[in-house]
Amino acid sequence: MGKMFNTISGKQIDSQGKKIGMWFFLYTEILFFGGMFLLYSVFRSKYPMDFHFAATEESIVLGSINTAILLTSSFFIALSISAIKRGEKRLSSCLQLATMVLGFAFLVIKYFEWNAKIMKGIYPDSAVLLQKSKGTILFFGLYYVMTGIHGLHVLIGIIVISFMLYWTVKEKVTRANYARLENTGLYWHFVDIVWIYLFPLFYLIT
Amino acid sequence: MNKDYPSDHIVSFKTNTFVWLALLLLLGITISVSKMRLLGEYSVLAALLIASAKTALVLAFFMHLKYEGRFLKRLIFLAIAALTMIIALTFADVWYR
Repeated sequence: MGKMFNTISGKQIDSQGKKIGMWFFLYTEILFFGGMFLLYSVFRSKYPMDFHFAATEESIVLGSINTAILLTSSFFIALSISAIKRGEKRLSSCLQLATMVLGFAFLVIKYFEWNAKIMKGIYPDSAVLLQKSKGTILFFGLYYVMTGIHGLHVLIGIIVISFMLYWTVKEKVTRANYARLENTGLYWHFVDIVWIYLFPLFYLIT
Repeated sequence: MNKDYPSDHIVSFKTNTFVWLALLLLLGITISVSKMRLLGEYSVLAALLIASAKTALVLAFFMHLKYEGRFLKRLIFLAIAALTMIIALTFADVWYR
């Protein structure tokens, strides 16, 4: 029979329960982002040509680099969990730090992308954008809302990982008690998955 | 192993590395497919299928779902099914309005 509880100095830790709680939170996140993907799909089917041409505005190079960055950051946090389970505290800490650095790099590139568009006058309710077709306005509205909320999730992820790093160094997150780090990993991977769909929908499908 | 409870399985560094390489390979494929414009109207479908393949890898290995018990696997299925139903029902309305 599998192990339900880890025990630390007589205190039972229900790591399975903690993980189920995290998954429940992620299900609500799936439906939260799902609503926005639904809006995107409906408007795309209504204005296919507008979406097609608007997407050419996006830089495939920057989008691809950012995708590679997030995929690699997911790889690092997955490794950091494997490392802590093996009791390799130092390696796990370094990998968590690397994940944060990559998350930050993602946000910096996102900043330059947004900035380039805003400089061209493409932002919600701008005079330039309002002169364009309905579908174009919707495309960029969805672009800013979806990548914006996704970026906020990345930022929150970085903050949460910084706490994990602190606790790993202070040995609150250890080989015997890693549920928090595992749940942080689940959150980070979820944010990665959202980007896995945002990337083709806003950058590739032109 | 009892299937209702999780194992304390550790995903090896090797497995994680293979998954990461597979993800980067899929990224390369999806970029080249969209650049070559071979598929025409199927390009949207192709891009979404490749994205779903990436998601499956992340869910199974990075998110450890492959090694979890039946409970979590069924719940994720339920969440995806709910989202699929919401999208399908909305399109049934939008298309035939």
